[in-house]
Amino acid sequence: MARGAIAAGCNYYAGYPITPSSGIMTEIAAHFQATGAGVFAQMEDEIASACSLIGASWSGARAMTATSGPGFSLMQEALGYAYFTETPMVVINVQRAGPATGQATRVAQGDIMQFRYGSHGDVFPLVFCPASVADCFSLTALAFRYSEMLRLPVFIAADESVAQLRETAYLDVPAPVVPRRAVDDTPFDADIAGGVPGMPSFGDGAALLVTGSTHDGHGMRRVDSPEVHERLVVRLRNKTLLREAELDQTLLEDMADAEVAIVAYGICARSARAAKNALRQSGARVGLVHLRTLWPFPQQTLQAACANTPHVVVAELNLGQLAAVVQGVLMRPVHALSQVNGLPMSPGKIAAFIAELS
Amino acid sequence: MTRDLSHWLRHPDAPTAFCPGCGHGILLGTLLRAIDTLAIAAQDLLFVSGIGCAGWIPSPHILADTLHTLHGRAIPFATGAKLANPRLTTIVISGDGDLLSIGAGHLVHAARRNIDLTVIVANNGIYGMTGGQTAATTPLGVSTATHRAGNPDAPVDACQLALAAGARYAARFPVTDPPRLQAAIARAIATPGFALVDALSPCPTQYGKFQPEDSIAACYRRFEADVQQRSDAATGAAMPFGEFVP
Repeated sequence: MARGAIAAGCNYYAGYPITPSSGIMTEIAAHFQATGAGVFAQMEDEIASACSLIGASWSGARAMTATSGPGFSLMQEALGYAYFTETPMVVINVQRAGPATGQATRVAQGDIMQFRYGSHGDVFPLVFCPASVADCFSLTALAFRYSEMLRLPVFIAADESVAQLRETAYLDVPAPVVPRRAVDDTPFDADIAGGVPGMPSFGDGAALLVTGSTHDGHGMRRVDSPEVHERLVVRLRNKTLLREAELDQTLLEDMADAEVAIVAYGICARSARAAKNALRQSGARVGLVHLRTLWPFPQQTLQAACANTPHVVVAELNLGQLAAVVQGVLMRPVHALSQVNGLPMSPGKIAAFIAELS
Repeated sequence: MTRDLSHWLRHPDAPTAFCPGCGHGILLGTLLRAIDTLAIAAQDLLFVSGIGCAGWIPSPHILADTLHTLHGRAIPFATGAKLANPRLTTIVISGDGDLLSIGAGHLVHAARRNIDLTVIVANNGIYGMTGGQTAATTPLGVSTATHRAGNPDAPVDACQLALAAGARYAARFPVTDPPRLQAAIARAIATPGFALVDALSPCPTQYGKFQPEDSIAACYRRFEADVQQRSDAATGAAMPFGEFVP
């Protein structure tokens, strides 16, 4: 993830130590200090880290931080501010077993709904979810690309197991991050649905008005206008929602004839793949829907993939957070395979669960 | 001396949102005079504020880059902006609740790291926007919406706090003394590294609501006297006006 950020031109990193994400910070700090390629700031807490990213982004930087559960909770107010002010930045949350301090060195996927609904108010975030070392690199770079393109804070929903993986990886050169359109008379509005305005930086002479209060296209506070608030909140929603297909990184495997679909993401997608391959060898028609974009949820992809699949199993390290979403999207019952014991889910457990279905 | 400051204002003819008698308008004028004397290009200036009445002093009034942030977090926002573009003369101006209560930790660490910021505390000794509740700066014994019988806790001394944390310059003056306040702000901006100005800016609407005086002028006199005389129960230490250098 650190290397993906560097490849995407990350040049500002602020962070606060927290297990199991700290390795990302030490890696980027060492790189910046050795090369002078960016500014590293070790802040006093996660709130300050997230806030400083916003300031740095408006100064023109490509900014990132990484944290884990409790730190991600502390950042929520600033993340909502970044969303509402259309500030590009990348935030990695390496999920660990929670709630509260939980098990700091153990894996979980319990923050799926916090990514979606962590901020107060109506937010429609963009969240990528890596399952391999190659994913960590490419999805982090992709997060920078879309954060700049859509003027959004983009989240990486990593988990402890994926973040600590060691494996041989073949890395593609990431698609370049397109520089911001630095001039706009109305840097906080756009006429087309889901449009993204240009973004001048501090020091450009644009006399910017950046505020987390409801604002018009010029950034002027409009805290009593029903029309201005609705126009802004709806346009921000449409930035991600109308791009569901473009943002979708889902991988489908063996789904053409599948009678059982396993829906999984992160570390569980690897176990699900192993289970699927083993069951296929014994003749069972099992397929995999590997989600790598969690939000906006890839509804159309899932509906098309599972249209003729009698059984859908959602395997995840929480008590059914995404299973409920999948059930809603497919409008029929699904099988939730949940595990919250701080350990990765074994392929054998998934295979045994599927064997019980028929 | 009359100085035309209209070129610093985004809407020179528009009124401010401040209550009648609020000190923040005087503070805004004093700040702009200080900047005007320093001959800093507007393009190189960034004003960062938090939430509360004082958050509106720069935003939207000043015709320069402004960043109106979250409650308590103006300093870390400013830190990121300054580190990513060191060319920016970065001025944080926000309230006492914002900078010395919910955001006090950030102030300490920005001073410790000696980030080249100027922090101006628009200090009215009360939570104004929310209705006159006790603040971390409310002088001892002063009646408020949440302590009608008088604030039982000693207030924080912004200058001593900043200096203890490593600030290179600190000063305290009231808006009733614009020349010295202006000079202090100019010196703070010219100071390399972290500098703080505790600008006493009275709030007749909320601070004055619980005091016996009925005129704005009397409220100003009372607030300044309260801050200077009724600060620390244990030691009786006052918070004097003046400049403080480590």
